[in-house]
Amino acid sequence: MAKRTIDTRGRSCPEPVLMTQNALKTDAELEVLIDNPTALGNVSRLLDHQKKTFRVEERGEEWAILVEA
Amino acid sequence: MSEKRNLIIGGLIIGVIAVLLVKLGNPANMGFCIACFIRDIAGGVKLHSAGVVQYIRPEIIGLVCGAFLISLFKKDFRPKGGSSPLIRFVLGFFVMIGALVFLGCPLRMVLRIAGGDFNAIIGLIGFFCGILVGVFFLKKGYSLKRTYAQTKLEGAGITIINVLLLILLVAFPALLAFSAEGPGSKHAPIIVALIAGLVVGAIAQRTRLCMVGGLRDLVMFKDVTLLLGFLGILVAALILNLCFGFFHAGFAEQPIAHVDGLWNFLSMLSVGFGCVLLGGCPLRQLILSGEGNSDSAVTVLGLFLGAAFAHNFGLASSAAGTTMNGRIAVIIALIVMLVVAFTNLQKADQA
Repeated sequence: MAKRTIDTRGRSCPEPVLMTQNALKTDAELEVLIDNPTALGNVSRLLDHQKKTFRVEERGEEWAILVEA
Repeated sequence: MSEKRNLIIGGLIIGVIAVLLVKLGNPANMGFCIACFIRDIAGGVKLHSAGVVQYIRPEIIGLVCGAFLISLFKKDFRPKGGSSPLIRFVLGFFVMIGALVFLGCPLRMVLRIAGGDFNAIIGLIGFFCGILVGVFFLKKGYSLKRTYAQTKLEGAGITIINVLLLILLVAFPALLAFSAEGPGSKHAPIIVALIAGLVVGAIAQRTRLCMVGGLRDLVMFKDVTLLLGFLGILVAALILNLCFGFFHAGFAEQPIAHVDGLWNFLSMLSVGFGCVLLGGCPLRQLILSGEGNSDSAVTVLGLFLGAAFAHNFGLASSAAGTTMNGRIAVIIALIVMLVVAFTNLQKADQA
């Protein structure tokens, strides 16, 4: 199954966290695109809290969080 | 874990600095008040003529410049904007009116509680209820749409304006208005206030401290991280207020406060609701504006104009109580916020 991409770039908090939380209800595997350190911290904290396995990829000035099933 | 530790330490330092500023001359329970200080600046540049609240508060200049400098240093400075600027301006305008009917922004609300002002606890309950209303709309898909990258000048604009204000204050004070009496006449020395602002601005930028974010994240995600900063400020200010004899528990005769419970509740309800719609409290807006977010800069300008209106049209409260105009303005603020909330709900597939 293709991994779903959630684009949170440009969204102000808490929208990136909310978008990730909603996506996790239907998809176990996700790619979350992030463009600011605040959202990176907040989304990582949510994933830690939900005990998800994930890794963060730096892509230039932006990040992608890859959530594994 | 280090994030939580930093928030507690940052909050404690801010609480200490706030009480020290009172000790050094700021009005009681007003080491920091973003709403009051922006209002004083509006008076200082003669946008309103309320003689008791006119002063260019160096704390505000320091907060913005502190956030700007640390964000440059830490490579966090990211010029961006374009997320419904006019709506943000209007929300800033009405958040200021709510804050001036209550007599304090969320940060001063915490400092008032730390000084024993029980009216601020009523305000806190209203603030919390306002946040609940805001969270309801966030969960329904409320969004002011995304920001886009902007030029460096757009991102640095609000910092440049603040530096110009500082130059005016230091080099051309004759152009400005200064209160001879009342809260505007009470202030710590310029250099102390400026340094305090710079330090707190840097701490707030690094920790992402936000008065509304703490309660919002607790309600939405059962996450207490941001709330720890709020608690740090409360604890440090409470202890220092007790040490200095500034702590006076009760409702009556609190400094720069009124005892109108219903309107303390409703005005802070509008502030809590409006701040969730904006994504952060007035302090956070100042910090974000320093980091290069021109939407937050526009919000700050909305706060600024709201303050001028609040005094030109007799909306702001005083120790004597609320005004009829102020009460009507809070109702209008709540209606405007509801309209903004309802009209910015996105469909799930767009979110």
